[in-house]
Amino acid sequence: MAKLVKNNTIKLKFDSVKNFAPAPESKKAAKIDPQYDLFINGKFERPMSKKYFSTINPATEEKLSMIAEANTADVNKAVKAARTAYDKTWKKMPTAERAKYIYRIARMIQERAREFAIIETLDGGKPIRESRDFDVPTAANHFFYYAGWADKLEYAFPNRKTTPLGVAGQIIPWNFPLLMAAWKIAPALACGNTVVLKPAENTSLTALKLAEIIQEADVPPGVVNIITGAGVTGAAIVNHADINKIAFTGSTDVGKIIQRAIAGTNKKATLELGGKAANIIFEDAPLDQAVEGVINGIFFNQGHVCCAGSRLYVQESVFNEVVRKLKDRLETLIVGDPMDKNTDIGAINSKAQLDIINKYIKIGLQEGAEMYQSSCAMPKKGFYCRPTLFTNVAQSNRIAQEEIFGPVLAIQSFRTDDEVIEKANNTAYGLSAGVWSDKGSKIFNLTSKLRAGVIWANTFNKFDPTSPFGGYKESGYGREGGLHGLSAYINLV
Amino acid sequence: MTTVTNKNNKRLEILKTYKIYIDGQFVRTESGRYYIATNSKKENLANVCLGSRKDFRDAVVAARNAFGSWSTRAAFNRAQILYRIAEMLEGRKAQFIDELIKQDSTKTQAEKEVNLCIDRLIYYSGWCDKFQQLFSSVNPVASPHFNFSVPEPMGVIAAIAPQNNSLLGLVSVIAPIIAGGNSCIVLASATMPLCAVTFAEVLNSSDLPGGVVNILTGKVAELVSYFSDHMDVNATVYCEADFATQKMIKEKSALNIKRVLLYNKIKWTDASGQSPYFIMDLQEIKTTWHPIENIGGAKAGY
Repeated sequence: MAKLVKNNTIKLKFDSVKNFAPAPESKKAAKIDPQYDLFINGKFERPMSKKYFSTINPATEEKLSMIAEANTADVNKAVKAARTAYDKTWKKMPTAERAKYIYRIARMIQERAREFAIIETLDGGKPIRESRDFDVPTAANHFFYYAGWADKLEYAFPNRKTTPLGVAGQIIPWNFPLLMAAWKIAPALACGNTVVLKPAENTSLTALKLAEIIQEADVPPGVVNIITGAGVTGAAIVNHADINKIAFTGSTDVGKIIQRAIAGTNKKATLELGGKAANIIFEDAPLDQAVEGVINGIFFNQGHVCCAGSRLYVQESVFNEVVRKLKDRLETLIVGDPMDKNTDIGAINSKAQLDIINKYIKIGLQEGAEMYQSSCAMPKKGFYCRPTLFTNVAQSNRIAQEEIFGPVLAIQSFRTDDEVIEKANNTAYGLSAGVWSDKGSKIFNLTSKLRAGVIWANTFNKFDPTSPFGGYKESGYGREGGLHGLSAYINLV
Repeated sequence: MTTVTNKNNKRLEILKTYKIYIDGQFVRTESGRYYIATNSKKENLANVCLGSRKDFRDAVVAARNAFGSWSTRAAFNRAQILYRIAEMLEGRKAQFIDELIKQDSTKTQAEKEVNLCIDRLIYYSGWCDKFQQLFSSVNPVASPHFNFSVPEPMGVIAAIAPQNNSLLGLVSVIAPIIAGGNSCIVLASATMPLCAVTFAEVLNSSDLPGGVVNILTGKVAELVSYFSDHMDVNATVYCEADFATQKMIKEKSALNIKRVLLYNKIKWTDASGQSPYFIMDLQEIKTTWHPIENIGGAKAGY
């Protein structure tokens, strides 16, 4: 038997982090109205439903505002506005002019970035550092990127001309509210479509702030309509006869319902659904970097990320070392007030989602997996979950198969390249994957054999407007971002 | 030695058994069922396998097994195999023309159709190692990463070939599927199945690995739901205009988020019946990120 070689990596010292003084961002730098109406045809209008629902701050459970609930009549009105704007204005507008409107939106988001970041964090519970450094700038960049495509579409598809699809119905999730709105609206407008967008009911505020910007930018009325509500409102959009395209980001279950609902129509669809990404660490990987990547992969945005690296595969020879490093690192993560600039892990987006996560933690224990949770201090109010690792996980365990959408990592070991490729691909999903190794040829072998739409090698959870994002298999179809993201909003002629 | 002849004093013709093609083997349907293919003169042309759900499921297993090595094969090699299929078809032109005539084509029509099929195979052979360059991108991300997007084959494709243009439709559907590195199960035209089975013989002698293309004969109405709800199929292709069937395919395909391609408006005889966009319909786009180390050379310039 080979003698176990004691590795020479040292334990990184993070001890001092727990002594950081609070550094909260100011709530006052952003204005939240007590009530928000529907943004239809360039105006904020009271809902015909006459109903409003409250939206809360998941970090404190305090009410932030009241949001209008759109019913079928409101959806009809929004679609009609979008259709009229499409026929009379937007599709006829010179493409270079179209581009300039979209550029304006990008610039105005940049100007009001701080306000957007604060509201995003208050409404959704994500750390202010993430909304400030990732969500808001990436959303602005997305508009800026696609603005430039508007008058260049004839270069995008060899030997074909493009026409817009018409009115796009867009339904987005609660995990990246503003960014998902940008991913949906920017390419749709650039390609000449008009849109009716519905944010998730828990996180409507930044989309409504975006509506203010769209109004301020003087975008022709009806080109962008933003209506709020829950699943019923979404269903009314999906089933509306005058919508040409459905773009949906959300759960695989709802994606399947949408595919069935539009089966008897000519509506086109792009679906960006769930995931259960494998993150693979080989023994030759730079382990400290890999551990950072794994932490980022699963704990970014509290794990509310469809492409989160929620399955970790570690090569057997470094398994114990990696798990030890992960536990050490876990202890240093600061869970708490999302508005604090020191916070690593903010609030779980809603009570309902916290219940789902806790249900899966229970399932993991019942299935015989071994749990490790950070011993960090936890806030007394609000929805929070300790960062959680599971070892002793079997491939067939539900925590290794199903999307949890929370800060819960399932860790397994492997011996050979072939074994880990098979394990990683043994899932109904195919959104993303990660590989950690110092050997280039091995990385390329893995990145070409993993059946997923986005592969990160020696990095994780990186996004860019120029970089197409989207899944294989049950993670959905269509791409968002980059040249390939244009296909979702055009007909080829 | 005496020559044995039949009562008309002519040599007795050997009739061909029309079988289905699964995993590179010519097999009878496991169901033991058959139907009689006829033409407009009500002549019986052949006893044809009435393929079953089990045949389809066997074919999916074969296609999935074949997918791994076919999809990772060099694109140049796939190009040569598609070219080889065209060569084999060219060599057996007479047989196909004969079958098409039996199935009600005129001689001119039949010749034209077979020629078009051969040319279409050559066309797609050429695309095998070119479409990737056309539809890939290197993405100029704003962080220090090398980031690129490439098309990759979707997987196992279940296709219901056009009921008319029994040979050209079949070839036009199969060629872009396999040029792009996918494997498939194809249901031949129910009314004109002869050429499809004979085409399987062409595939069989073209170095196309068994299981990459599986050809079934049978009834669309019976099999279409299995083509759409099988959990190990990645996409369904349907070429007819029947609305109820289209709807059913889309509904059942939702079970595992299958991609659905409807080709009822394509004129296969036109130039528009071929393009690299047919290949791209059955590709996924994969984006890969690699960090660019920026330590040693961070300050270096040109």
